[in-house]
Amino acid sequence: MYSFDTVYEPSLYTVKAVLILDNDGDRLYAKYYDDTYPTVKEQKAFEKNIFNKTHRTDSEIALLEGLTVVYKSNIDLFFYVIGSSHENELMLMAVLNCLFDSLSQMLRKNVERRALLENMEGLFLAVDEIVDGGVILESDPQQVVHRVALRGDDVPLTEQTVTQVLQSAKEQIKWSLLR
Amino acid sequence: MIKKFDKKDEESGSGSNPFQHLEKSAVLQEARIFNETPINPRRCLHILTKIIYLLNQGEHFGTTEATEAFFAMTRLFQSNDQTLRRMCYLTIKEMANISEDVIIVTSSLTKDMTGKEDVYRGPAIRALCRITDTTMLQAIERYMKQAIVDKVPSVSSSALVSSLHMVKMSYDVVKRWVNEAQEAASSDNIMVQYHALGLLYHLRKNDRLAVTKMLNKFTKSGLKSPFAYCMLIRIASKLLDETDGGHDSPLFDFIESCLRNKNEMVVYEAASAIVHMPNCTARELAPAVSVLQLFCSSPKAALRYAAVRTLNKVAMKHPSAVTACNLDLENLITDSNRSIATLAITTLLKTGSESSVDRLMKQISSFVSEISDEFKVVVVQAISALCQKYPRKHSVMMNFLSNMLRDDGGFEYKRAIVDCIISIIEDNPESKETGLAHLCEFIEDCEHTVLATKILHLLGKEGPRTPQPSKYIRFIFNRVVLESEAVRAAAVSALAKFGAQNDDLLPSVLVLMQRCMMDSDDEVRDRATFYMNVLQQKQKALNAAYIFNGLSVSIPGLEKSLHQYTLEPTERPFDMKSVPLATTPITEHKTEIASVATSKLPEKLAPSRQDIYQEQLAAIPEFQGLGPLFKSSEQVQLTEAETEYVVRCVKHTFARHMVFQFDCTNTLNDQLLQKVVVQMEPSESYEVIQYIPAANLPYSQPGSCYTLVRLPEDDPTAEIVFITFSCTMKYLVKDCDPNTGEPDDDGYDDEYVLEDLEVTVADHIQKVLKPNFGAAWEEVGDEFEKEETFALASVRTLDEAVGNIISFLGMQPCERSDKVPENKNSHVLFLAGVFRGGHDVLVRARLALADGVTMQVTVRSDEETVVDVILASVG
Repeated sequence: MYSFDTVYEPSLYTVKAVLILDNDGDRLYAKYYDDTYPTVKEQKAFEKNIFNKTHRTDSEIALLEGLTVVYKSNIDLFFYVIGSSHENELMLMAVLNCLFDSLSQMLRKNVERRALLENMEGLFLAVDEIVDGGVILESDPQQVVHRVALRGDDVPLTEQTVTQVLQSAKEQIKWSLLR
Repeated sequence: MIKKFDKKDEESGSGSNPFQHLEKSAVLQEARIFNETPINPRRCLHILTKIIYLLNQGEHFGTTEATEAFFAMTRLFQSNDQTLRRMCYLTIKEMANISEDVIIVTSSLTKDMTGKEDVYRGPAIRALCRITDTTMLQAIERYMKQAIVDKVPSVSSSALVSSLHMVKMSYDVVKRWVNEAQEAASSDNIMVQYHALGLLYHLRKNDRLAVTKMLNKFTKSGLKSPFAYCMLIRIASKLLDETDGGHDSPLFDFIESCLRNKNEMVVYEAASAIVHMPNCTARELAPAVSVLQLFCSSPKAALRYAAVRTLNKVAMKHPSAVTACNLDLENLITDSNRSIATLAITTLLKTGSESSVDRLMKQISSFVSEISDEFKVVVVQAISALCQKYPRKHSVMMNFLSNMLRDDGGFEYKRAIVDCIISIIEDNPESKETGLAHLCEFIEDCEHTVLATKILHLLGKEGPRTPQPSKYIRFIFNRVVLESEAVRAAAVSALAKFGAQNDDLLPSVLVLMQRCMMDSDDEVRDRATFYMNVLQQKQKALNAAYIFNGLSVSIPGLEKSLHQYTLEPTERPFDMKSVPLATTPITEHKTEIASVATSKLPEKLAPSRQDIYQEQLAAIPEFQGLGPLFKSSEQVQLTEAETEYVVRCVKHTFARHMVFQFDCTNTLNDQLLQKVVVQMEPSESYEVIQYIPAANLPYSQPGSCYTLVRLPEDDPTAEIVFITFSCTMKYLVKDCDPNTGEPDDDGYDDEYVLEDLEVTVADHIQKVLKPNFGAAWEEVGDEFEKEETFALASVRTLDEAVGNIISFLGMQPCERSDKVPENKNSHVLFLAGVFRGGHDVLVRARLALADGVTMQVTVRSDEETVVDVILASVG
């Protein structure tokens, strides 16, 4: 039992889970960092509960199953960061904001389900840069985007404008001359 | 191209998921192109994404197929595509536990972590550490040390965090990197600073001195990172808690200074730390409360939530400290975030006046169905606290609770309500009947076995003593007809209590019992048969012993004794008195207000403190003939705090002996103590039989030595009542090097005088709760009854007198007689216990308040000497 005056062991292990659900409550991304929910079945049940309790309100924070849940929704996506109930809520919020802002930059402000699914690898890499095994690794979205470093030429050649192609050709010629 | 194909797919059905119908086998089939040359980065990347996606959805991969995919993936290290490489790292981490031989990528990862490409280095370190074990860690130790102090923040952070993960597994190796971590802590990068501080703390947390030094250094130099500040606040409050540091300590000043930090996260962490400190005074709380008050009007929901949740905690202990925020809290009760609104209301319920209760209750009932179970529990707890504060409001509360009981809700929620109703019933006799009626209604349709049995037990205890016991019989017997085995059995026990207490109900109860004897379950039939036979005897003493007041032995103790008995077959029947008694748990309903957050860990049936001592003492050969442990006292401090040696004593009472356990700690780091004994000078007829020394007592490692004493047998009255031992600790001192702990060869004898140790009557009596004191009183009978009257001149109130008697005799108050109703001039206290040797002893103390307190004590027991001892000790 949680008692009133317990002083907790200071720890860097802040985040218990990061979740992204779609607007049917289905899992798009889920990463659990400890054994609070050891089996997939328990995880899905928890996600269902979380979704039912949060998808109708935009209230940002809740206490569920003894855990603090901070969340944010955008169009058809629901982002959740989960920590223990004695965790500093603002730290969890910092993680959530960093995740959202990083994705927002990477998806060029187009934070919705379809864009996210087309860039799953970007999402995987971003979360990997933000939280490592439950420890907050980085909280600055600029740094995260920089480190994920999805290269510009990720855009297929056909979708690049002529000027872009010319620009990059110029660059390449310049470099080959300088060498 | 796969991506294009996916896109077309999506356009056909809007919102479709390109990963939706992924087949694991098909994806693994596709993974074969990893082996094609040249590598097609884009296609491979997409397949890796699919694999990680499947793993993320919780798809199960068999070891063989995972290993196969993993080995194919290792070929992709030949490509220089950045994203592809990064996805390989992720795959390695995800598959580390399911694939075999993941260590084959060690060299590739080591190459990447030391390479030129900064984008690779951090992630490579994290992937490498994920697959590394202790032996391999030594091989990469050099690289790890370099990485920790690397000037690229992402590399340094990755190395620090990975080291932290590995502390659990390879503490000894990681410990050697403490200097590097120290260097990293002074980094300019805020995250590196945070991670370095975290690692340093984990490496040093067992060395209080080092932690103190570290705190001093960082609190002076200041940090850049708000995260690191939060960590520092936590370490400081932990240290304050452990050292019982006063609130005038520099650590407290540091935490308080953080209330003025410019980052909200830090300010909140500091406020929360102060609020959670034990024994904080209202004055010390004030600055924390006022920053929380400011946060209440923040536009950020998380901050409002954090603030009001913390204020709610403050209100549990110091409601007056929060009253200043009442206006801000009023504004929050209509907050769109229902969690915040609930917390605001429950806080107000604690701080507000009696007149506002009705209004707040109305407000909260308007949205109680919308909030989560956790918060419903908070509401119930607030109501429970309120009932204690304003007993006159109990009818309003009871109504509200019974409505909540009818709503849907999980187990925790229902349990909180039931507990709350039960505590109201216990505190307000006039609410008993309405409360029982609500509970009866509840068990008519209750899916939780635990709650149903609990309520049935309560009905059995309280029901027979109400004016109209017959009306409960129907509810109870309905359970016998309709419910599961456990509930049926509990119902049978409850029925038996009605039969035993009320003669006019007995014939009907016997008829019902007869029917229960036909039950399909063994336990139910057994109970019914047993009670049937006891009830038919119509003897008060039997009823008391077997129906009202059950066994008072410790269950693990009984199990052990029975097991022992079956191992050594003898002619003698099993003696119940040889079983150690259960120690009654100290329940303090009033102060214990469980918080919102109930941890998810199942409550294990932990062995009691006494069972642990029993184990420990049984392991010492000298104590084997002493029989079962009767009672262990609380720890008694025999030294002042902050002395060279700290000695605490636990008194263990056996049937004819006492064992004094001295827990000693040596706080001098340049000494090793050997052959430590505590010599005891007994007075009069006590006899010290044996000393068992603690062989070695190195710096800061607690050790125990024991003294065995025989109790006087012939004339137990006067001597054992109250006796004082003078104690001296004797030992051999060896000086040693404070750093290595290496002792000198030669030592010298020395001694250290301890404070005197007292043995009182409480050490000879074990508390036993008799749920029905009246019945027990009749059972023991008046054969050895004695009565005497005393005047307690120094005591001014009945409460004080009751408290003194209980702590002096060390007996269990029954029938809640330890609570003196307000504005009464007389009170009767019932105490029950078992005297050393297994003799029941009951005390009835009538107290009257005049100038002092006059007390008439009546003692009953089945052994005359015991009665004499008690009376002599009181005198």
